[in-house]
Amino acid sequence: MTTATEAKERVGPPSKAARPHPIRDTLIRRSGIGVLTLLLVSILVFAATQILPGNAASAVLLNTATPARLHALEVQLHLNRPAVEQYWTWLVGILHGNFGTSLANGQSVGTLVGGRIVNSAVLVVAAGVIGTVLGVGLGVVAAARRDSLLDHVLSVGALAITALPEFVVAVILVIFFAAVVWHWFPAVSVFVPGTAPWSNPSALVLPVATLVIVIVPYVFRMMRASMIDSLESDYVQMAQLKGVPRWRILLVHALPNAIAPTIQVIGLNFLYLAGGVVVVEYVFNYPGLGQALVSAVSDRDIPQIQCIVLVLAAFYVAVNILTDVISLAVSPRRRLPRS
Amino acid sequence: MLGRAVRTPRGAVGLAIAGCVVLVAAIGPAVAPYSSTEFVTKPFARASAIALLGGDTLGRDVLSRTLDGGWELLLMAAAATALGVAAGALIGVVAAYFGGWTDNVLMRSVDVILAFPQLVFALLLVSILGPKIWLIVLAVAISHAPQVARVTRAASLDITERDFVKAMQILGIPGRRIIRRDVLPNLTSVLMVEIGLRLTYSILVIAGLSFLGFGLQPPAASWGLMINENRVGLIANPWGVLMPAILIALLTIGVNTFTDSVARASLGVGGRSTEPDPLVGLAVEGASA
Amino acid sequence: MTAPSEDIPVAAADASPAAPHTDGTPRLAVENLRILTAPRRGRPDADVVDEISFTVQPGRVLGLVGESGSGKTTVALALLGYFKRGLRPGGGKVLLDGQDILALPEHELAKIRGRAIAYVPQDPASALNPVLKVGTQLREVFTVHGADPATLNDVLAEAGLEDPAPILAAYPHQLSGGQQQRVGLAMAFACRPRLIVLDEPTTGLDVTTQRRVLDTVRGLCRSYQVAAVYISHDLAVVAEIADEVAVLYAGRLIELGQAREVFASPAHPYTRGLMRAVPVLESTYELHGMTGSPPRPGSRPPGCFFQPRCEFAVAQCELRQPDLVTVSATGHAARCIRAAEVTALSGTAILAAGRAQPPSDEPVLSISGVSVSYSDKPVLRDVNLVVGARQSVAIVGTSGSGKTTLARCVVGLHKDWTGTITFAGHALAPGVRRRSQDQLRRIQFVSQNPYSSLNPRHTVGQIVGAPLAHFSKLSGREHQQRIDDALTSVALRASFAARYPDELSGGERQRVALARALVVNPDLLVCDEVTSALDVSVQAAIVELLLRLQAERGLALLFITHNLPLVRSIADDVTVISAGQVCERGPVTQVLSEPSHAYTRQLLTDVPAFERG
Repeated sequence: MTTATEAKERVGPPSKAARPHPIRDTLIRRSGIGVLTLLLVSILVFAATQILPGNAASAVLLNTATPARLHALEVQLHLNRPAVEQYWTWLVGILHGNFGTSLANGQSVGTLVGGRIVNSAVLVVAAGVIGTVLGVGLGVVAAARRDSLLDHVLSVGALAITALPEFVVAVILVIFFAAVVWHWFPAVSVFVPGTAPWSNPSALVLPVATLVIVIVPYVFRMMRASMIDSLESDYVQMAQLKGVPRWRILLVHALPNAIAPTIQVIGLNFLYLAGGVVVVEYVFNYPGLGQALVSAVSDRDIPQIQCIVLVLAAFYVAVNILTDVISLAVSPRRRLPRS
Repeated sequence: MLGRAVRTPRGAVGLAIAGCVVLVAAIGPAVAPYSSTEFVTKPFARASAIALLGGDTLGRDVLSRTLDGGWELLLMAAAATALGVAAGALIGVVAAYFGGWTDNVLMRSVDVILAFPQLVFALLLVSILGPKIWLIVLAVAISHAPQVARVTRAASLDITERDFVKAMQILGIPGRRIIRRDVLPNLTSVLMVEIGLRLTYSILVIAGLSFLGFGLQPPAASWGLMINENRVGLIANPWGVLMPAILIALLTIGVNTFTDSVARASLGVGGRSTEPDPLVGLAVEGASA
Repeated sequence: MTAPSEDIPVAAADASPAAPHTDGTPRLAVENLRILTAPRRGRPDADVVDEISFTVQPGRVLGLVGESGSGKTTVALALLGYFKRGLRPGGGKVLLDGQDILALPEHELAKIRGRAIAYVPQDPASALNPVLKVGTQLREVFTVHGADPATLNDVLAEAGLEDPAPILAAYPHQLSGGQQQRVGLAMAFACRPRLIVLDEPTTGLDVTTQRRVLDTVRGLCRSYQVAAVYISHDLAVVAEIADEVAVLYAGRLIELGQAREVFASPAHPYTRGLMRAVPVLESTYELHGMTGSPPRPGSRPPGCFFQPRCEFAVAQCELRQPDLVTVSATGHAARCIRAAEVTALSGTAILAAGRAQPPSDEPVLSISGVSVSYSDKPVLRDVNLVVGARQSVAIVGTSGSGKTTLARCVVGLHKDWTGTITFAGHALAPGVRRRSQDQLRRIQFVSQNPYSSLNPRHTVGQIVGAPLAHFSKLSGREHQQRIDDALTSVALRASFAARYPDELSGGERQRVALARALVVNPDLLVCDEVTSALDVSVQAAIVELLLRLQAERGLALLFITHNLPLVRSIADDVTVISAGQVCERGPVTQVLSEPSHAYTRQLLTDVPAFERG
C-alpha cells in the first residue's frame, strides 16, 4: 500500500558503483556498428566492381584485348576464382595494408593513396574548423539580433550560397582572385605530391576558401535556428525574469543548449567536405584524394578506386562516431538518467 | 499549400527565377542561332555581332551551346529526384509503420549508402559502367534514398503516434488502409519540401559529374561540361564559363528559395508555429541516426 | 542584502489576515493597464487587455482568475515589465510601492526582476535550463543581485527541500515535478521580494504535491509580508489561497472583490456561470457550461464582451462597455449594468436531479484479475472492475497510477495483459485484431488530447464518417444523415461537417471526437481524461453533454480522470487506483464521504476545498 505523500526521493547523481557510462557504451556500440558498416561498404564496393560487363580485365585492356592477353590479365587479377573467394582474398589483403597495384601506373596503391591522404586532410580540417567557427559565430550574432538588417542579409545570403555548386564557387573565386579581377593567388597549385601542403600557404587559400564558403551557410542556419529556439524557450524567459543580464543569457543559458543540434550539422559538414574535396582538388589541381579519384575513374583503375572509396567510408564512420559521442557529452538530459 | 507558398514574396521570387531558367533550358535549343557543334569564330573570341557571347574553347558559339546545354541536366535531375524520393518515402513509411525488425533491417541497409558522398557514389558506378545517362540517374536516385527515408520515417513515426491514428486502429481498420488514408496525406508537406531539397542536390551532383567529364560526353553541350572546357580561356572570354555558371546558380537558388517558402507555408498545418528555419530542421532530422 | 520587510509600517505586520489594510500605499497598484499586439504589416493593432486596475497589500494574495484567452498570463508578465514577442505596453501603470515599473529602462528592470518582484512559472520543468545544474541556476539569483549566497540552504529549507546537496548537484530532469516546483519557489523567495507573481504554479502537479506547495506559498507570504498575485483557472485552488479575487474575461477585469464574497455571491454573469461549472467534492452539483466562446483580440464587440453569451443581457448591454459597479462596502465590484441584481441571486448551484433510469445490475463490462507489466515493472496488478449497462463508472488516480493503461487494455490498444475482460457476456481478446466486428463497434473511445485526436487533413464529416463507413454499408444519403445526426447530438451544427480541425476550438474538437465515437451507436464509451485539457466552463459543457447522451442512449460510461470533484458530478460508481492496484471501489457517495482506504482519505484531504453559496 503506498501513500500519497511525497516520499523522500533519492535524487542527483547515482553512487559510483551504480553509475552507468553512457559515453563509453555509446562509443563501443557505435564502433561496432561502424565496423559492420565498413564491412558492408567493402562488400558493396567489391560487388560493384564485379558487375562489369565482361570483367575488369577487358575494361582495362579495352581495345587492345586479345583472348590471350585477356586470359593472362584475368589470371593476374584472380578473376577466374569464385567471387566469394576473390572477395576474401581482397579483404584479407586490405587488412594487411595491401591495396593492390594501380592498373594505371603499376605502383602500390597503398603508397599512392597514403601520400595524398594528408593533403586532403589538410583541406578538410582547415575548411572544417574555419567554416565551423565562422558559421557558429555568425549564427549566434544573427540570432541575437533577430529580424535586424544584418540578420536578413545574412539569412538571405546563406540561402543563396547554399544553392551554389562547389565548382561554380571555385570558378567564381578563381575569376575574382586568381585570373581575371585580381591576381593574388594561384589558379592552380603546383604541388609535387609528397611535399607538405603547408609549405606553400598561398596555394591553399583558394581551395580552402571554396570549401569554407560552401559549408558556412549550413552551420550558420542551424546555429541561428537553434539559438532562436533557445532564446524563445521557457528557461530563457525565466532567466530574464530573474534579472539575469543579456550577455549571460546569451552565452551561459542559450548557447550551450543551441550547440547540441548544431553538432550534428557540423558532423554532416565534415562528411560533405569529403565529397566536396573531389571537385575542388580537380579545379585547383591539388594533389589529394579527390584528384586521385577523378583520374582513377577516368583510367578505370579499379584498385585505386576501391582504396579511396574505402578510405572515405572509414572517414565517414569515424566522423559519425565522434559526432554521436560529442552530442551525448553535451546533453546532460540524455547522458544522465533520472534516478 | 503550394498556392500559399507562391503568394509569399520568397515563394514568388524563387519560383520566378527557377521558372526562367527552366524556360531557357526548354526552349533554348529551338531559338539558338547556331547549332552547338558548329564552328563560328575563333577559340575564345570576344563577344561580337556574330557570336553574342563570344566563342568557346573550340570556337563554337557560346550562346547557342548555353541554350542547348540545359534540358538534359533538368530532365536527369527531375528523374533522379522523382525516383529517389519515391523509393525513399516508401522505405521510410514502411519502416515507421511496421517497426521492429522491418524497421531495423530497412534502415541499416539504407544507411550503408550514406557512407558514400553522393558524388563519390556516382563516380564509383560510372567508373565501372561508363558515363551512361540511365546510370547517372539511377546512381543519384539511390544516393537520395537514405536521407528521404530517414526524414519520412521520422515524420511517419510522429504521425503514427498521434491519437487519430490510434482512433482508427481501435476500429480494427487494417494497417494498409490506415497508411493510405490517414498517414500519407499528412506526409505531403514533408515530402514536398524534401522534393525541393533533393532536386537542388540532384542538379548539383549531375552538373558536378558533367563538370568532371563524366556526364554527357563532348562534343555535347552541357552546362557543367562547358564550365570545365572553357576554364582555360577564362581571361580571354569569361562568358564561356560565366553564362552556364550563372544559369546553374540561378536555377538552384530559385529552387532552394521556393522550397524554403513551401516549408514555411506548411507550418500552418499541424506543424510548430515558431520554427525559425524549417529547412534546417529537416536537414538534421534526415541525418540523425 | 536587501531586507524589504523593513520598509513596511509595523502596523501591517500585526494586522490579522482577514481585515484589509487601509494604511500606506498598496504594495502593488495596477492602474488602467493596456497591452497591445505589436504592429505588423497589414494587421491593425488589437488590444489584448485593457482597463486593468487592482491593488494588493503586503502579505495578501490576490487571485487572478480567467480561462484561456483571458489575458491572465499577459497581465502576470506585465507586472514584471515583461512582454512576449508580439506584444507591447499601450498605456497604464504598474506601481510597486509607488514606483512605475513600466517607465523603467531595461537595465533598471533587470535589477528589480528576481529581487523586488519575483515570478514562479507554470511549468517548472521547462523553466529550468536543462544543461545547467540546479545549483548553478539557484546561485545565479544571488550573484546577479548581489545577495549573500550563504542563505541558500535556508531558502531551500523554507521551500521544503530539506536535503539540498544532491538537489543542487543534479540537473533539472533528474528531479521530480514537485521538487522542480520547490526549486522554482526557492528561486523566487531567495532575495525576499516585495511582490511575487505565481503563474498557475500547481498545474500538472498531483493533488497532494499541490497542497504542499500551496501551504508553502501561503506560509512564506505571511512570514515575509510579500504581496502575491496568484494566477489560475482552477477556482478551487484560488478559493483556498487568495484573499482577494479579480476575474478576467477577454482581456477585461470584470469582477473584483474579497474572495469569499465573490465566490459566494458573484456579481457578474460570467463569474456566476463559472461557479456553476466548477465541480465540488462535497455534493453532487449539476454542472452547467456556457454556450459560445470568448471573443479574440481584434474581434471584440463594441458593447459588453460577454453579452453574446449572457442570460442577463438587455438591449443596453450592446451599446458600450459597462463601468465597474460597486455592489458592497468591502469593494466588491463588477463590470455589469445589472451587477446588483446578479449578486443578490442566491444559490448558484443546483443539486443534481436524480438519474432518470436506475442503473441496471447486468454488467456490460467486467474486468477481473487484469495485470500488465512493462519489462519487469508492474503497471497494473490484479485489477477488478464492473460497469453495468447505463451506468457510469469513474476511475480515479494520479498520473502513473495505470489508469490510462487500463483504458487502453479495454479498448484493445494494449495487448499484453493477463486476466479476463468480459464484454456483454463474451470474453474480449487482448488486441484489436482478434476481436469481432460487433465487439469493436460496441466499445468506443475518446482520448484526452483534442489537438491530436483528429486528422488535420480530413474534414469533420470525413472524421465522423470513418467508423460508420467501416462498420456499415450505407447509401450516400443515409451515411450523410447519420453524420448530421451525430453532429447535432453533440450540439454542433451540421454545417461543421465541411470544416477542418484547425478551424475548431478545443471544446469543439472534443465534441467531434465524441460524435465520431457515438455515430456507430456503441454500448460502452471509454473516456480517457477527455476534459483535462479544457477550460472549466468547456469541461462543464462536455460533462453536461455526456450525461444527456447517456440518458438518451442508455450508454455505459467508463470515465477516467484525476479530478476527484469531477467524479462526484459524473459517476455512479468510482474506483480509486494507485500504483496499479485498486485501493477502493464503490458508489460515489459512499467512497467520497466515508472512504475506507488511507490513500483515498489522503486524496480527499488534499483536494482544495471550495464553499459555494
